[in-house]
Amino acid sequence: MQHTLTVLVEDKPGVLARISAMFSNRGFNIHSLAVGPTHQDGRSRITLVVDAPELEQLKKQLNKLVNVIKVQEMEPAEALEREVMIIRISAQPATRGEVRDTASLFDARVIDISSSAMTFEVAGTPQHLRTFLEHLGPYGVIDLVKSGRIAMKRESELSPAPVVAGVGK
Amino acid sequence: MTEPAKFTGSHSLLRSLEHEGVEIIFGVPGGAILPAYDPLLDSPIRHVLARHEQGAGHMAEGYAQATGLVGVVMATSGPGATNLITPLQNALMDSTPIVAITGQVPTSAIGSDAFQEAYTTGLAMHCTKHSYMVTDADDIPNLIHEAFHLASTGRPGPVLVDIPKDVLNQITTWREPHLHNLPGYKPTVSGHPMQIRAALDMIEQAERPVLYVGGGVIKAGAAPELLAFAEAVNAPVVTTLMARGAIPDDHRLALGMPGMHGLYTATTAIQKSDVLVSLGARFDDRVTGDPNAFAPDARIIHVDVDPAEIGKVRAADVPIVGDARSVLVDLLAGLSARRKASDAPAREEWFARLDQWKEQYPLAYEQDPDGPIKVQHFIERLYAITGGEAVVAAGVGQHQMWVSQFWGFRKPRSWVNSGGLGTMGFAVPAAVGAKAARPDDLVIALDGDGCFQMTCQELITATTEEIPVKIIVFNNGGYGMVKQWQNLFYGGRLSAVDLGFTYPDYPKLAEAMGCVGLRVDHPSEIDNAIEKALSVNDRPVVLEVVVDGEEMCFPMVPAGGSNDRVVMRREDL
Repeated sequence: MQHTLTVLVEDKPGVLARISAMFSNRGFNIHSLAVGPTHQDGRSRITLVVDAPELEQLKKQLNKLVNVIKVQEMEPAEALEREVMIIRISAQPATRGEVRDTASLFDARVIDISSSAMTFEVAGTPQHLRTFLEHLGPYGVIDLVKSGRIAMKRESELSPAPVVAGVGK
Repeated sequence: MTEPAKFTGSHSLLRSLEHEGVEIIFGVPGGAILPAYDPLLDSPIRHVLARHEQGAGHMAEGYAQATGLVGVVMATSGPGATNLITPLQNALMDSTPIVAITGQVPTSAIGSDAFQEAYTTGLAMHCTKHSYMVTDADDIPNLIHEAFHLASTGRPGPVLVDIPKDVLNQITTWREPHLHNLPGYKPTVSGHPMQIRAALDMIEQAERPVLYVGGGVIKAGAAPELLAFAEAVNAPVVTTLMARGAIPDDHRLALGMPGMHGLYTATTAIQKSDVLVSLGARFDDRVTGDPNAFAPDARIIHVDVDPAEIGKVRAADVPIVGDARSVLVDLLAGLSARRKASDAPAREEWFARLDQWKEQYPLAYEQDPDGPIKVQHFIERLYAITGGEAVVAAGVGQHQMWVSQFWGFRKPRSWVNSGGLGTMGFAVPAAVGAKAARPDDLVIALDGDGCFQMTCQELITATTEEIPVKIIVFNNGGYGMVKQWQNLFYGGRLSAVDLGFTYPDYPKLAEAMGCVGLRVDHPSEIDNAIEKALSVNDRPVVLEVVVDGEEMCFPMVPAGGSNDRVVMRREDL
């Protein structure tokens, strides 16, 4: 089962290496990883998607690292999770209209085009991207690149309206 | 230290080490660390010049294990640093507080595959509690202070500080250090009061409790509290390899070491316990055997300063994150609020069973008066003649297990050994470190011939630095423990375990290194040889004890087996 962890760290040299070293030392798997600064000086946020049967142990080992300040698990129901994908889909003149129309249901933007393919940028929840792939995949994926997941805890108790309009949010 | 004309990073380093109270640095110089060796000449800190960085690292560990203070080792870049990897990992596994200072190539050369360059902080990431690369000499006082703080607090461990040569040469000033920069490091010291109460409820109701004591009790300086608590709850105590000496072995509640080569009663008491109180222990595989068959009926109270140890191997019914001493103090206070210490439950049935096991399954060996000498017998003689008044170090293997089994430990920090990593070659340098720390105490390394050959050159260090350790080399002509496994589990096909009894000539080798070299090979000569070794105090002594090469170490629980099946003799396997 996949879990999303958000890890607040000191922005020090080697902090990412320490975390990945710990993962490989202890046999944990990283599914995706995103690193970036926060609004605070000297603090970075690392979002990890992990396949870890022993999640408690993993969290404790993360907490043991001196540069790790806080580890939070994001339950899907209480998390705002986003991924970005750039995807190139085979689109001959005959199917181009269909591909474009379907992609537009997902608020995917066309960012490149050639005689045989269209390249889209699509952002949203992990589920949104999966649904996009289910519908557009059959046309033929030529290339795909996906960002690591980023996540933040919801403030609202109730499930809010989708932030991004479209199918499968 | 006199004020130099130019105050550099190196001066700041030495002043910082002095500020931390460092008395001895174990080290080997080299190109990148050269600048630090100059102000060392003017510092009150003693430098012990080891013959190999691995030796220097184990000396720092021996110093730390024998005192509880932070051991310090210094080495140069590249091979100096890579030679430290074994002691760093050893210190990590055994939670020994050491600080390693390494030189690094100049900042401008980092990443260029410069002469003697290695990515030391990267290598150290895998084998330290934390590591630093210093980029500005002005940071040295704070970073050294942080390094000592990290090494010695919470769960202790090794910390490495890597300093490029140009930073050591940089003009700087020294300022009183402050800890202000560790937002992610806040070890929990005190146990949660609710959990303390829950633990007491569970222990008081237990019919067959066992206190399972690990190295954390020694590190926390909690031996007096452990003794008071064990007596107050009237519970037997087992001490892991790292905890030998946490309770006197001659105490009525002490059962000795449990586990793979543990005493039958210690191992079996855990198996049959209904409440197991783990204090600063980590359910290591050498203690548990098959973890699924370990202490099957026991509810677990797990006290550890490292939250990651709790639940790692065995789920805890009462988890308590805290320093062993602090938690024991709180347990004792909680108990005294409930009843008088003398009103402890008698648990007659439990103690009767323990006594029966002790009688039925004692440690056993047979010493033929005509020889060959058995290691166990020699250890018993040495113990009798010294009265056990010594700090004892060991290497790794059969002899280490026999020392743990047959030496009656009475005090914490009287046992220096490599538990978690099982580093052969640990004994000689660790004993040198321990003796440097405690010059007035008798320090004896009980070593195997295989171990001795790995690091014996540190006896030159011992001679030249006037650190008169005693080294007992049990010469069984090979790697005894590996041979035992080949005999038991590989059908007696002996592969690469024979070192022979002839070379080196240990007394000659010892003499060549400036030590007194002695040999004994007959049981009747043992006492004489020991007396002779003990009478030399102006230089190190090496006593070769030629022993039975076929002897096996029992009791034994085969690796991965259930602790319900403690094998007492070869025939029972």
